[in-house]
Amino acid sequence: MTDQTAGQDMIAADGMPLKKSLAKSLQREKMRALMLIAPLLIFVLITFIFPIGSMLFRSVENSIVQDTLPKTVVALQDWDELSGELPDEAVFTAFVEDFIIAVENKEHTRIGSRLNYEVSGMSSLFRKSARKVKKWDPVQDAPFRDKLIDVDKDWGDPATWSIIKTHSVKYTNGYFLNAIDMQRTAEGAQAQPEDKQILIKLFIRTVKMSLIITGMCILLGYPVAWILANLPNRSANMLMILVLLPFWTSLLVRTSAWKVMLQNQGVINDTLVWLGLVSNDARLEIINNQFGTITAMTHILLPFMILPMYSVMQTIPPSYLRAAKSLGATNWTAFWRVYFPQSIPGIGAGSILVFILAIGYYITPEIVGGTDGVFISNRIAYHISSSLNWGLAAALGAILLAVVLVLYWAYDKIVGIDNVKLG
Amino acid sequence: MKFTKTLLATTALTVAAGAVAAQEMTIVSWGGAYSKSQLKAYHEPYSAKTGVTIINDDSSAEAVAKLRAMNEAGNVTWDVVDVVAADAMRLCDEGLAMEIDADTQLAPAPDGTPASEDFGDLLVSDCFIPQIVYSTTFGYRTDLVGDTPPTSVCAVFDLENYPGKRSLEKRPINNMEWALLCDGVAKEDVYDVLETPEGQDRALAKLDTIKDSVVWWSAGADTPQLLADGEVIMGSTYNGRLFSVIEEQKQPVAMLWDAQVFDLDGWIIPAGLSEERKQRALDYIYFATDTQRLADQAKYISYGPARASSAPLVGKHEELGIDMAPHMPTDPNNAKNTFLYNYEFWADYRDDIDAKFQAWLAK
Repeated sequence: MTDQTAGQDMIAADGMPLKKSLAKSLQREKMRALMLIAPLLIFVLITFIFPIGSMLFRSVENSIVQDTLPKTVVALQDWDELSGELPDEAVFTAFVEDFIIAVENKEHTRIGSRLNYEVSGMSSLFRKSARKVKKWDPVQDAPFRDKLIDVDKDWGDPATWSIIKTHSVKYTNGYFLNAIDMQRTAEGAQAQPEDKQILIKLFIRTVKMSLIITGMCILLGYPVAWILANLPNRSANMLMILVLLPFWTSLLVRTSAWKVMLQNQGVINDTLVWLGLVSNDARLEIINNQFGTITAMTHILLPFMILPMYSVMQTIPPSYLRAAKSLGATNWTAFWRVYFPQSIPGIGAGSILVFILAIGYYITPEIVGGTDGVFISNRIAYHISSSLNWGLAAALGAILLAVVLVLYWAYDKIVGIDNVKLG
Repeated sequence: MKFTKTLLATTALTVAAGAVAAQEMTIVSWGGAYSKSQLKAYHEPYSAKTGVTIINDDSSAEAVAKLRAMNEAGNVTWDVVDVVAADAMRLCDEGLAMEIDADTQLAPAPDGTPASEDFGDLLVSDCFIPQIVYSTTFGYRTDLVGDTPPTSVCAVFDLENYPGKRSLEKRPINNMEWALLCDGVAKEDVYDVLETPEGQDRALAKLDTIKDSVVWWSAGADTPQLLADGEVIMGSTYNGRLFSVIEEQKQPVAMLWDAQVFDLDGWIIPAGLSEERKQRALDYIYFATDTQRLADQAKYISYGPARASSAPLVGKHEELGIDMAPHMPTDPNNAKNTFLYNYEFWADYRDDIDAKFQAWLAK
């Protein structure tokens, strides 16, 4: 208290109050620190945060309908899509006006593709109609209602107009609904038909299998890390190379190698048949299914588990175990009560690394996963590169990101994130 | 004065350097034996004729997504892209490919027939310049199918006479059509049936009968490898891949041409190129898709040229020295029973049926 009151009157060498001067120099220091990390910050912002943000934004962005068919969207406001009747002539006129401009700008097929994500057939409806509609004059050729229905009978179906109206909002929840096997309809959110529901199943499978893979990595990695940490340095380094060697080999090569090992006529099956353990016509199915994916991915991700475990175990003094035993603990008690708790930070770090890598895996499940070993990322890849439905891909990615963050949060609650160490 | 001279010299140098750099174009294709056939038949003669350096990029498998990303970023780095017809349609719809007028921008046949007639029905999209006709068809292991080798595509669904694994592509396209054909649907009705949910269920039900015996592939090289390893007794893939298994690697494999599905592969020019690059791309396309060039490509790979006028010019394989005509999917002996892939249908129904198909696979 007395210090503070005294501090108010204190003057620095240049005649400024000390407090102000101090604050100023602290400020300067902060700025300097900021300047130092600025290149990295800007780099991360430009190459990481911004692209991810703009990709995630696609999951709700839907301005294409409004931008391409502005008059139609306004005219459709007054139409009740649940009435089961066709919209009136004003809508048809507005649509033809919009459509002629869209065809001129070559945008009609883009909106066709967009609406085709919702209902099959829209793509060709827009493409085919353009050939006739572009020859029309918006004033002389009116009225358009019957003419348009003549071009394609689908224009006479209220469902077509309902789709346009339902998906004309600028920001839509449609992609997120699709991502959880639902759809945006005139009557609100509804479940997809059962024979098209697959995404939730894939999400659950992805998380479940990633957890299994993480568990397998812990089981296999722990003893290896323990041996590495307890060997003399020279032999430990040799063994370390064996751990790192597969790490430096291409992912594709390792996955293909598993194919050679696991396939029906592969090394493992051939050996088992040769040993007489398996009969020739009952070879084991150990690839193109979940087993194949788990095996290959456990192998591929194992180094990510061993390395943090090893570096944490190296910091545990061996004298602790000796002390426990000298105080009467059995081998198991000494390990379980003294050693293991100290190695948990390494398990935590390894698990987080392996789990997060596994949940986004794509190539390995695609190659060895068959039908029941593929992940949600394989669907994301399909929508990015084949169907071009980037909105849905972004929504799927956003959900996957949210799942990881939730699990991370849960981990923090249960184990504590301070309890994670890389060495 | 000296300064001006230096300045002029520097400018001239810069311009020259610019001109040299400009004499480059990036052509995107599928890689492997296919890119090699294009290198031999198109790129090398074109470079020799014009001095343009051609840079190959093996990105065709992701071309659609990458072109869209480039277009959005406003920086298209590709000049000519090789894609399948379905992708060309998608790119054209999205405004990512340039429209081509066949008669003014492509070479006429040697006898003067305009390009639009020479290519005929194969011009399936306004942006697409067809190059080859390939087919997706079945190959089978001659030593693993018993005494009566299969002659019909329905052998794929016949587990009784042809027990063993078969490989099919992990997507609905082609598989749904074959399933319906073998379920008794007439060829001309297949797409009408497939348009209805009942028809889709029917196709999936047929596929369901062999589901446990199928290995699903996603890369064109999978089936040849599976056949060579004896993992499957028959499997679908592109005919050119089977050609190399049979003729180049001499594996005990034979072709089952029955109900082969014709598809097209060809060029597109990305939209939004600068005028100079566009002209160069058009010049390349004019050269590379003329009658002789298309026939030349067939010396290196067993895909049929897309021009009617090229067919009589198809010769022998450059290295193996065997006649290529009998290995073309379009050869009358092979094309007794063919099936033409319906682009419009799949452009509309691909996503919908794919969702169903994947859900069925996961069941």
